[in-house]
Amino acid sequence: MWDYIKLAVLGLTAVLAAIAANYAHDLAYQVNALTAMLAAAIAFWWALRTAGDHRPQPQTEYNDAVVRAGVIATAFWGVIGFLVGVVIALQLAFPALNFEWAEGYLNFGRLRPLHTSAVIFAFGGNALIMSAFYVVQRTTAARLWGGNLGWFVFWGYNLFIVLAATSYVLGGSQGKEYAEPTWHIDLWLTVVWVAFLLAFLGTLWKRKEPHIYVANWFYLSFIITIAMLHVVNNLAVPVSIFGSKSVQLMGGVQDAMTQWWYGHNAVGFFLTAGFLGMMYYFVPKQAERPVYSYKLSIIHFWALIFLYIWAGPHHLHYTALPDWASTLGMVFSVILWMPSWGGMINGLMTLSGAWDKLRTDPIIRMMVVSVGFYGMSTFEGPMMSIKAVNSLSHYTDWTIGHVHSGALGWNGMITFGVLYFLTPRLWGRERLYSLSLVSWHFWLATIGIVLYAASMWVTGIMEGLMWREVDANGFLVNAFADTVSAKFPMYVVRALGGIMFLAGGVIMVYNLWATVAKQPARSALTAAIPAE
Amino acid sequence: MDNLYTITRQFADSWGLLALFAFFVAVVIWAFRPGSRNTYEDISNIPFRHEDKPARVETAREASGATLKEAWK
Repeated sequence: MWDYIKLAVLGLTAVLAAIAANYAHDLAYQVNALTAMLAAAIAFWWALRTAGDHRPQPQTEYNDAVVRAGVIATAFWGVIGFLVGVVIALQLAFPALNFEWAEGYLNFGRLRPLHTSAVIFAFGGNALIMSAFYVVQRTTAARLWGGNLGWFVFWGYNLFIVLAATSYVLGGSQGKEYAEPTWHIDLWLTVVWVAFLLAFLGTLWKRKEPHIYVANWFYLSFIITIAMLHVVNNLAVPVSIFGSKSVQLMGGVQDAMTQWWYGHNAVGFFLTAGFLGMMYYFVPKQAERPVYSYKLSIIHFWALIFLYIWAGPHHLHYTALPDWASTLGMVFSVILWMPSWGGMINGLMTLSGAWDKLRTDPIIRMMVVSVGFYGMSTFEGPMMSIKAVNSLSHYTDWTIGHVHSGALGWNGMITFGVLYFLTPRLWGRERLYSLSLVSWHFWLATIGIVLYAASMWVTGIMEGLMWREVDANGFLVNAFADTVSAKFPMYVVRALGGIMFLAGGVIMVYNLWATVAKQPARSALTAAIPAE
Repeated sequence: MDNLYTITRQFADSWGLLALFAFFVAVVIWAFRPGSRNTYEDISNIPFRHEDKPARVETAREASGATLKEAWK
């Protein structure tokens, strides 16, 4: 019966998508509709071929296949996202790279959201979903709930990424930073996200461990909060059901505040809470000792979620936003420093008594540097949210440097560590193909981030000072173009840092591939044999 | 004067603030409650218990105790 319902829904979806493609008002929408039609048709074919098959869901085994798929997707989208980042960094340094023939498709304005969404949502999102599935199963000692629901989440989420990416390049965007996907893509993501929440909650519900490990608290808060932010920030009325264009429900400063409430909590709950879930599971696992202080982790959790949600207004200092709101955002951002560092100390001190591992284990080194960058960017962020500092830093490259020390350093490095941790385990290999390649990746990435962040500090502070420089008569000294030409050398250094980071990512992909392809599977004899 | 904006704003910076802060303080006190150490030591070892296979349904309760010892080997 379920097979028939599935076939009917998929067939209907394909037909409706074909009709939508036919009546489409704009190219971005048309390509989205065709992609949806193709995806529904492939899923229909698959459902037809496997209809009536017996698909066992053995409760005595974990569902690791979907985690393996997530590992592949994470590595793949990571390299794509870093590559687009390098391209747009070079476009900023050498504007001639905005080719005439690709104008309107591959120029900076079109590629920039492609880069941010590829690294945050495709790379980071796949890393979060697959690690959430891995961690929730291991820490509840139960198989992932919902049968093949995990597979729906995986394919549905990656379809969302393909829809969004093609839409951006063809000009579909609702003009909200980090929330660019147009209304129909937003609706699809909502469906996938609810399925993700259900799979996660269902697994927690049937857990065999009496307690819910702290990593799951972070993952759950990430899933729920992102659902809330996504829905509220994307409240919009489509102009036509056959077009990309929609009109936001809120306007003016209310819309701006909603956008940055969303935007900052995308950082707070997507890039922080979710990744802290990773930290609280994978750092103890790799260090082979429990987290330094479980009490601190509880306080870390509650303090973080209570404070982060208020920090958004610091993106709107000196705008039409009421003063009290922007002061509130600043104050909460500064207080937020404390739980952030509490979490950092908790992660780092997990290694106390095992610091020697730093010398021998490049994976733990990656995780430690990641937590270090977490500490650094959660100090830099509160500082930049102070109004006086913000008046210098806002709209400059300093902001971009800050974002990247967090994203490349914290999110990137911990994800690399997790990928190196998971690949041998998920594919049943004794060890990684090469630890020295991990070291190469580590140093390329670390030096790349340092070049990136340092060049952005220099250029950001320089352009901030140049913008506000006035002569004796009170006239501005510099034109905007003066700052652009002054920034050229730093832009080249930044691109170089990005290239190094990308090179590290490529080395990682080779190493992970070779781990699976060039090494024998772990022999069956070493698999657990009961002692009795 | 008493429009929705003013009412919600006044609530937010008085009772709302107090309630959230009280909840947070309660969480901190609860985390440090006497006797919590053993519970937390047990919980913090969860990642080391069921690496390869889910807990078997019928032995779930004993398993958490037995594998705790195993994790300390």
